[in-house]
Amino acid sequence: MKSKGSESLYIVIVGCGRLGSDLANRTSSAGHSVVVLDRAPEAFGNLSQDFSGFTVEGDATELRVLKQARMGKADVVFAATHDDNVNLMVAQVAGRIFAVQKVLARVFDPRREQVYGQLGIETICPTSVAVRMFLEKMEQPATGRKGAAS
Amino acid sequence: MRVIIVGSGRTLYFLCRNFTAKGHEVAIVNRNPEECAHLARQLPARVLCGDGSDAGILEDAGARKAQALLAITPHDQDNLVICQMASRMFGIPRVVALANDPDNVEIFEALSIASFSTTHIIGSLIEQRASLEQVVNLLPVGEGRVNITEVILDDGSPVAGKLLKEIELPENALVAVVMRNGEAIVPRGQNRLMPGDRVVLITLPENHGAVLRAVTGEKD
Repeated sequence: MKSKGSESLYIVIVGCGRLGSDLANRTSSAGHSVVVLDRAPEAFGNLSQDFSGFTVEGDATELRVLKQARMGKADVVFAATHDDNVNLMVAQVAGRIFAVQKVLARVFDPRREQVYGQLGIETICPTSVAVRMFLEKMEQPATGRKGAAS
Repeated sequence: MRVIIVGSGRTLYFLCRNFTAKGHEVAIVNRNPEECAHLARQLPARVLCGDGSDAGILEDAGARKAQALLAITPHDQDNLVICQMASRMFGIPRVVALANDPDNVEIFEALSIASFSTTHIIGSLIEQRASLEQVVNLLPVGEGRVNITEVILDDGSPVAGKLLKEIELPENALVAVVMRNGEAIVPRGQNRLMPGDRVVLITLPENHGAVLRAVTGEKD
């Protein structure tokens, strides 16, 4: 996120699983206005006691539901459901239809990430991130660990 | 033509039968192993079991050589991504997505993916068939996105006797041809519509009802 503390952003988070709820809890406690959307109401149980934002129950692939979450007003949208295709559709609708400035989508499949990168959709692929980190760690000499070989 | 169809259910089955009967080479992608086995027995098509939005499955289905792909799964997000992968990654020239939610037709178009909504098509067909006996002919073209309709104007028609330029039709509608005394006229603003004219209209499913009401004067 660009701003820290001073400026309060309106953030829409689609999907309230482990990733979505953690993002929601953190951005909410950082003072941003947060709306979390999930089609399963029990998912909102993942939100912390301190979460002060709103929840919207519904299917994010329905335009009606996104309007209900006032996506048109959002500064930031995180598409964080477990379904790559939902995330990619929501990200495109947020960017192209609602003209949201900052849109990020989680995409598990690295090949989908490539295609949508070309389409200008900013994606985060947990697999690619993990692979990169493993490789970085492998390159590093075992710093910080006194003489440990493994 | 080599066609890939991603989807399930009876629509998929009959579409595939239709395409293969016309001599097209069809590959089906379906997620359900049981349905795949059934389809493979029933249809002269190649059947692949898997996720149609997965690049590997599309490639196995022959995406590099396919001329067309239809995505008709019950999930709009899948249909969108399948079509985008097919056109972006494999360059399939014609891709069409089913929009289960009629609102998504507009969204898919905005994302440059051709789409259709069966709800729209059936809804407008019923509206058209049920409403007006003056409407003598109807032909949907362009994957059901455009209607060509022939209407006979009677004395009660609010447009009879008016110059074409005086007639206010909804957006995206056109009086294409006027048939009068066996002669076809492509009308301009200065032409007058007369009772008894057979008027050929071009409309979209969204405005079809409104255009017909404007031309015939019937309110339903």
